[in-house]
Amino acid sequence: MRIAGRGLYDQNRKVSFTFDGRKVEGVNGDTVASALLANDIRLVGRSFKYHRPRGILTAGSEEANALITVGRGAAAEPNLRATVQEVFDGLETRSQNRWPSLAVDALAVNDLMAPFFGAGFYYKTFMWPRKFWEGLYEPFIRRAAGLGALSGQHNEDHYERAFAHCDILVIGGGPAGLMAALTAARSGADVILADEDSRFGGRLLAETGTIDGLPGHQWAEGIVAELATMPNVRLMTRTTVTGAYDGGTFGALERVAQHLPRADHLPRECFWRIVAKRAVLCAGALERPVAFADNDRPGIMNAGAVRAYVNRWGVAPGREVAIFCNNDSAHDTARDLIAAGVRVAAVIDSRAEAPKSDDYRVIAGGVVTGTRGRQGLREIAVTQDGKESRIAADCLAVSGGWNPSVHLTCHMNGRPVWDATLLAFVPRPGSVPGLSTAGACNGRFATSDCLADGVEAAKVALSELGLKAADIAVPQAGAGDYRIEALWAVPGKRRAWLDFQNDVTVKDVRLAAQENFSSVEHMKRYTTQGMSPDQGKNSNVAALAVLADATGRGIPETGTTTYRPPFVPVPIAAMGAGAQGKGFAPQRFTTSHQASVDRHAPMIEAGLWYRPSYFPRPGETHWRQSCDREVTMVRKTVGICDVSTLGKIDIQGKDAAQFLDFVYTNTFSTLPVGRVRYGLMLREDGHVLDDGTTARLSDSHFVMTTTTAAAGLVMRHLEFVAQVLRPELDVQCVSVTEQWAQFGVAGPLSRDLLASLVDDPITDEALPYMGVTDVSVGGVAARLFRISFSGERAYEIAVPARYGQSLYRQLVAQAEVMGGGPYGMEALNVLRIEKGFITHAEIHGRTTAFDIGADRMVSRKKDCIGQAAAARPGLVDENREQLVGLKPVNPDAAVSAGAHLFRSADPATRVNDQGYVTSVCWSPTLTSNLALAFLKNGRARHGERVRLVDHLRKIETLCVVCDPQFLDPEGGRMRG
Amino acid sequence: MARLIATTPCGDLLPAAGGGAILTEAAAVDCYSVAPYKGMEKACSTALKKACGIALPEPNRTASNDGVRVIWSGQGRYLVMAADAPDIFAGIASVTDQSDANATIVLDGATARAILARLTPIDLRDSAMPVGATARSLIGHMSASITRIAADEYELMVMRSMAATLVHEVTESMRGLGARAAATGLGG
Amino acid sequence: MRLTCPHCGERDRREFYYAGSAEQLQRPARDAGEGAWNDYLHNRDNPAGDTRDLWYHESGCGAWLVVSRNTVTHAIASIELAAEVKR
Repeated sequence: MRIAGRGLYDQNRKVSFTFDGRKVEGVNGDTVASALLANDIRLVGRSFKYHRPRGILTAGSEEANALITVGRGAAAEPNLRATVQEVFDGLETRSQNRWPSLAVDALAVNDLMAPFFGAGFYYKTFMWPRKFWEGLYEPFIRRAAGLGALSGQHNEDHYERAFAHCDILVIGGGPAGLMAALTAARSGADVILADEDSRFGGRLLAETGTIDGLPGHQWAEGIVAELATMPNVRLMTRTTVTGAYDGGTFGALERVAQHLPRADHLPRECFWRIVAKRAVLCAGALERPVAFADNDRPGIMNAGAVRAYVNRWGVAPGREVAIFCNNDSAHDTARDLIAAGVRVAAVIDSRAEAPKSDDYRVIAGGVVTGTRGRQGLREIAVTQDGKESRIAADCLAVSGGWNPSVHLTCHMNGRPVWDATLLAFVPRPGSVPGLSTAGACNGRFATSDCLADGVEAAKVALSELGLKAADIAVPQAGAGDYRIEALWAVPGKRRAWLDFQNDVTVKDVRLAAQENFSSVEHMKRYTTQGMSPDQGKNSNVAALAVLADATGRGIPETGTTTYRPPFVPVPIAAMGAGAQGKGFAPQRFTTSHQASVDRHAPMIEAGLWYRPSYFPRPGETHWRQSCDREVTMVRKTVGICDVSTLGKIDIQGKDAAQFLDFVYTNTFSTLPVGRVRYGLMLREDGHVLDDGTTARLSDSHFVMTTTTAAAGLVMRHLEFVAQVLRPELDVQCVSVTEQWAQFGVAGPLSRDLLASLVDDPITDEALPYMGVTDVSVGGVAARLFRISFSGERAYEIAVPARYGQSLYRQLVAQAEVMGGGPYGMEALNVLRIEKGFITHAEIHGRTTAFDIGADRMVSRKKDCIGQAAAARPGLVDENREQLVGLKPVNPDAAVSAGAHLFRSADPATRVNDQGYVTSVCWSPTLTSNLALAFLKNGRARHGERVRLVDHLRKIETLCVVCDPQFLDPEGGRMRG
Repeated sequence: MARLIATTPCGDLLPAAGGGAILTEAAAVDCYSVAPYKGMEKACSTALKKACGIALPEPNRTASNDGVRVIWSGQGRYLVMAADAPDIFAGIASVTDQSDANATIVLDGATARAILARLTPIDLRDSAMPVGATARSLIGHMSASITRIAADEYELMVMRSMAATLVHEVTESMRGLGARAAATGLGG
Repeated sequence: MRLTCPHCGERDRREFYYAGSAEQLQRPARDAGEGAWNDYLHNRDNPAGDTRDLWYHESGCGAWLVVSRNTVTHAIASIELAAEVKR
């Protein structure tokens, strides 16, 4: 019910939204929860396990019951808290975990079965028969238990990620946080003030005390107005700091547009990484319920929340409100209700010495022992001095005391300290380096203490940063008493809820203790208490108090479970903002990309690169047709292939040659200028890291090429060697992968093709096989290498990348005139397999120089990376799997990469494994399937027949072992 | 005979505008990576001073004079632009042509810093990143060079092949910030 | 986690590549024998407390760094250039 004239929002600014399809009217500033209560809608959800009717418990992000789904279709977001979600015109909300409707829920039958559903029920019941689990038990439990459902559709919404840096981060904008921020800001520090609410003020918005003579919320507005004018202050509302991490890093979730209709590109939420030199936690405190019989009915709420609905939103959660408490703070709720004209039926205070009042009835030493009202509270049972009486009430405001919000102080393994006076955990100082605490989260509940504490914490932080604190007067505010006596659970036979969200009762915790799950961490996992989205904010302390009681220990000895980030649920979509679609990983395009796309080449990903797979011609309907044609084209005429993706590293310095001798197994100091050499690189453990060619451009200048896959890895490795292992060498490595566009020109006509485009003549004398020379192309300085990855006469021509596209198109055009054309990755792969050239399919991290038949490339005349380890007996054992070629006896018989090899007479079982296949192709040149493989002692087994077996693809093929160089092993074709 | 036509890394992807800023591709300029030989840092600085009137900048800083620009680009290396670096540093530094290696764009506008804060983890406040400062860091998942060339103007450089992703990332941030400003009036 | 690069200043962990123990600085001679090489390649302490390891400022200045830190408190005691530690 809305109370005319009360609250902080203009009641004439109406807002209309829907709840379960029903139109609901609220006012601007309402949350869904306050608007529902204003419309006397108390039943808002069903509980997780028993499907019990549930209402609104709190007025903040800790809400355990009122979870709703917002929006519809792909835009639907489940499990948002009605107490946080602000209303706007057109907002659609739905209740969850009910069928067919909220009021009539079929699975409420679970509640009648409750005696069977205690803690550990699932573990004990669904154990056998085992095969029933997947097909029957699990689907049923998943359907019955749960929260809101995902839409199952692609999330089209935008999310944002952002970074922020500051001197002092103030977490929470209540009285302590506002004073901390003001003190820091006036002293010249860069300040971020973050609060999860839609406006600053914290509890000042819910209470009625004054500060410096002003109502609390007005005082807060004044402070915020000053902060807003300061250039060194960033104010962040609707922003929950979710975690504290190493090095002053904090995670924070900003609800950018959850309170607005959707708009194009407008991020729903933003996940911030905030880096702060110092942080002041002013997170306040959260009220905790008391467990008593049937304490989960709609209408039973926290007393502080009732107070917030009355004072901030001008909403009476009931017409006849009873209050049940063990401390003084709930009496303020009684006074505020009366001031707002709401009837207070009674204040049931468990303390014998409860404060007296002339304005309302106090039942001192009384407890609530029962409630009635299936879909909403009607009546409570109160026991005083052993006698039970009944009191009519449609709302029961409960306070079991307040828990300081210590969560963030525990995110780096800190454990809070039990305060026996407050009956609550308070932060252990220094738990998070650079983070201090102030106000209620520090166990200082009075507003006057909060204000002073905020100033003090800021001053300490400022002095640690070497900044002089500005003179600042602590505002005057009420001191207020807070006395409390322990009351966690009212004894009784009926179920009394601790964890509303996961349906865990006092009985469940006691059962856990009885079954010897007496550690608090074990109790948590056995009962699931504290494992729901509220992460036990409403139940942890009471549950461990019950456990302490059941196990005969004190609360400090029992201890708490571990507090972990995030403080509130963070959507994965927000954390991974920007990572959908194109944002998932950078895309690297070669300069020939558009030309390849223009020719309808399907692009395949090679690391981050996109490379053409093949170039289909009219009439070709299968990739193999294109591939076969391209292979034959290179063997007979000429083909063009963009090889810019290979890593290219410029290596200079007077010790460059010595450096290369150390990183390569073979020798480069003897390489003449103008020549190119194939090099093999090992890891220090003796396995192959990478291979490639390196050209010498001058005495002190080399250009290394790496494989596409290992370009980044090799660069890091070279820097490691240069800086960590051999810092005495004068050598500089710079990546030039991106500077040069480089194209392979391969085939018998390759020299003729180049001669028609390059300004200079190309002769075998000036540019023999494995040579390099400077040339010019249309006046542009270029490099021409004579190297081959196909086994044919071949060149690679490199021009500055700006000319890449132009040169590629001209190379291809000229090749086509000569009967050739472009070729893609598929043909490239066939060409190199035919020739027995290896790629990372072969040098996959477990192969040695010995395995690939390059043992003689490991020079013993000098030290090099991996040399010592490569000589270990196990890495040069004859029985190691060695690189071989395989040819099926029937040339058309299938071969597959990943298949294993067996002696022809052996069963194809693991113990008989003789090796495995790494690369396969159909060779149009040899009209046969071919495979590269690793076979035990393979080099000595050429000519032997082995069985190739692929258990997955059901392939079994008899093959002949042969030299991996299937084609032209003497190399006459490529040497010309 | 071939006649080669030059294309720029970003091509027709730019210019773009949004979120209170404009994004353009920087004009092509001769650019060399200069890595002084061991013990030759001072000699290099002197040579540059003699040739162009500026010394090599400190880490995270840039220097410029009369069209010549130098950006510190990592441990022991610099990007020297619009100067004849091979000649200036002959015999005292490794000089590598990088004129075509990068995609370079300029983000200009009052919201430029807020847009960048969505992309890079570095501290962009004046205290850490004044005009003339440069940083090697990340833009999204890409290694990048970020230089503040004026109060509201940043030069962003990534590998040339990543030009499309760079433009995508920055323009997405611009759009998001624009939508934010339209909806809530806050620039974050 | 934040690391203070001697060149670049304090930076987010995501700019760095972690490469394991700083013992890698002490590469044995080629003829140091199996035991020395085995230790160098494979044997590592796993201390609850102070440790030294190598990081590479890959998306930064490209410097290899020796980081001394505490695995229990996560406190970072010092960060030095590997090239200078080695000398």
